[in-house]
Amino acid sequence: MAKDLYFTKEHEQVRRAVRDFIKKDINPYVDEWEEKGIAPLHDIFKKMGELGFLGIRYDPKYGGLGLDYWYELVFLEELGNIECGGIPMAIGVQTNMATPAIAQFGSDYLKETYLAPAIAGDMVGSIAVTEPDAGSDVAALKTFAKRDGDDYVINGSKTFITNGTQADFLTLLARTSDKPGYHCFGLFVVPTHLPGFVVSKKLDKLGMRSSDTAELFFDNLRVPAENLIGEEGEGFIYQMQQFQHERFFTLPSTYVTMRKTIEMTIAYLKERIVFGKPLIAKQVLRHRLVQWLTELEGLKQLTYHIVRMKEAGQEATREISMGKLLAGQLASKISDGCLQMYGGSGFMNEMPISRIFRDSRLTAIGGGANEVMCEVIAKMEGM
Amino acid sequence: MSSAGLTKTACQVYFGKEHEAVRSAVRDFVKKEIKPFVDDWEEAGEFPRELYKKMGELGFNAIGYPEDYGGTPGDVFMQTVAAEELCRGGSMGVVASLGTLHIAVPPIVNHGNDEQKMRFLKPVLAGDRIAALGITEPSGGSDVANLKTTAIRDGDHYIVNGSKTFITSATRADQITCAVRTGGEGAHGISFLVIETDTPGFSITQKLKKTGWLASDTAELFFDNCRVPVENLIGEENMGFYYIMENFQSERLQLCIMANMTSQMCLEESIKYAKEREAFGKSLSGFQVTRHKLAEMATLTEASREFTYRVAARMGAGENQVKEVSMAKNFACSVSDKVTFDATQIFGGYGFMRGYLVERLYRDNRILSIGGGTTEVMKEIISKLIL
Repeated sequence: MAKDLYFTKEHEQVRRAVRDFIKKDINPYVDEWEEKGIAPLHDIFKKMGELGFLGIRYDPKYGGLGLDYWYELVFLEELGNIECGGIPMAIGVQTNMATPAIAQFGSDYLKETYLAPAIAGDMVGSIAVTEPDAGSDVAALKTFAKRDGDDYVINGSKTFITNGTQADFLTLLARTSDKPGYHCFGLFVVPTHLPGFVVSKKLDKLGMRSSDTAELFFDNLRVPAENLIGEEGEGFIYQMQQFQHERFFTLPSTYVTMRKTIEMTIAYLKERIVFGKPLIAKQVLRHRLVQWLTELEGLKQLTYHIVRMKEAGQEATREISMGKLLAGQLASKISDGCLQMYGGSGFMNEMPISRIFRDSRLTAIGGGANEVMCEVIAKMEGM
Repeated sequence: MSSAGLTKTACQVYFGKEHEAVRSAVRDFVKKEIKPFVDDWEEAGEFPRELYKKMGELGFNAIGYPEDYGGTPGDVFMQTVAAEELCRGGSMGVVASLGTLHIAVPPIVNHGNDEQKMRFLKPVLAGDRIAALGITEPSGGSDVANLKTTAIRDGDHYIVNGSKTFITSATRADQITCAVRTGGEGAHGISFLVIETDTPGFSITQKLKKTGWLASDTAELFFDNCRVPVENLIGEENMGFYYIMENFQSERLQLCIMANMTSQMCLEESIKYAKEREAFGKSLSGFQVTRHKLAEMATLTEASREFTYRVAARMGAGENQVKEVSMAKNFACSVSDKVTFDATQIFGGYGFMRGYLVERLYRDNRILSIGGGTTEVMKEIISKLIL
């Protein structure tokens, strides 16, 4: 089979372990968490940490499994079995958005103090980059970290922060100087128990409703200088690299979830009788589904190619950006198109497709909007 | 602008001074009675029943209906201006539920007798009674001809058994214009009965939770041996399917208007935001891709509006527009699908946040290409008429 070209028995063991965990400890509670607008991340991450799921690629010195990108891919693919988008996203923040820079650029102190507990599931992390006035234009952010003796004093605000109401630490990007250019930012690990940290708002969203999203405010928040990741001034550069892990995360998430959505829709179409025949008899519907399956296969194979590149130590920013662009386009198109096939019932909350529709809208916007991906790719293609 | 977006000279083709006066009056009503409360009503999942009465007192829901029963004179464009302005309240759920009379009572107007019009039309136009339409069933939406709710004659009554679903205004309706099977299989066995909701044996489920139209109450109806007087039969027995198909034409026109106003409002919001929001040192409108996106949104919105108006004019003149209104609905909904998507994209993360109009319209819009005849069913109709 095609998958045997990439995955061994050991990969399948990890796959089964993740799948079983989701079946037992996540999916039975998804409806409740969607309704509440929040999931108990400390409980969930603790369980996941004990199973080794939160540090698959990370150094065993800090509790990680030290496995390769193929194992990470297996894990991310299996997250697509979660019956909503909010929980995979919350997990993705922990594994692929708030911690990669600590692992790659952080000091031993930061790795012991924050990465290890994140991997163990004892701490919940958030990535804090976006601000009310700066989303796509990261360099325009205004949150400032001013050096003062042995500390930095942070002032500003962030928005759309996933896990923001529960996080124990933020991986936060702030300006450290007013000079122009890209070398005046610092990437910090900011513990949220410090004075001056305020969750100013919990945001109400179209989808991803089981994921708590917050607006945060920093009022003369004093953080020790040890909490700076890597070198002062280089935070923007580190974050652009961290973004590659964030963007990669959406790829398996999209092709697995959308494939499942199509399969669910096909099962419905086989049963639903309209004008005396099952809806699957309608040629137009079959051809639409085939078109989407074909495009998803393209995204999947691009993803596998990206993993091969990463394993070979190659720069994959162009390919990851292309994948993110495709994922954004396909997630909306396919979830919307499948909803149409359910007719009026697709508009009802009790049908899973309605949640998939709402959750999928974010893919084209978050983690780098389609338009930004186009700009990145254009630059890399020398335009 | 004095109207939905057209210049004054273009307007005069369809909209005269009187139309603009009604538009103005409805706009003021919406500003005062709907807009300030819409967020709360969306959260609550309903709007106050009194809104029907307020509309009734001003005659806004009675435009174009027979004056003998409380209607006010007005052509299709008078009805259009009122509908367009109600859409500007920003909640399509309010528009849909407030407007269920426009799909529920036309069969009574067209085929009912005087006694039925006194009982079931007059008080609805006055805003004293709420009317809903019941056609869709759990086992069949698109396939109307195979509906299963039965109405078996028993002396002076019909005994009605069955269920309906996705019924807008269901939880508060006083009367349902209900499609039932009085004869044999297929289209030729269907009749339209007005069933009052205080009839023993009639019940409703809890409100259905939906992706959008949150301020509209939608529910499933059950008929358990309901005894409905034969006086409630509209027109002729077993002719109901033709009345239903006829009724769908004006429903589809109304959906065109909702889709076009959805597009228009999203376009306006997007233009405003693109001018104000800055990124990478300039306003969003400074990016060519965004400008061109807005240009496409504007072009499609304009084209759809003109096509809808043209079809409305021909329907108003009494022409058969079955093919054209099906085309217009499909086109209007394909435009609103694209424009709501593009608008939420222009708003970025804010397009994903409740509290932004484009986010609500994105959710409200999703039902338009499904309800009142799916895009796919419309294509079947069109293809039959052109082949």
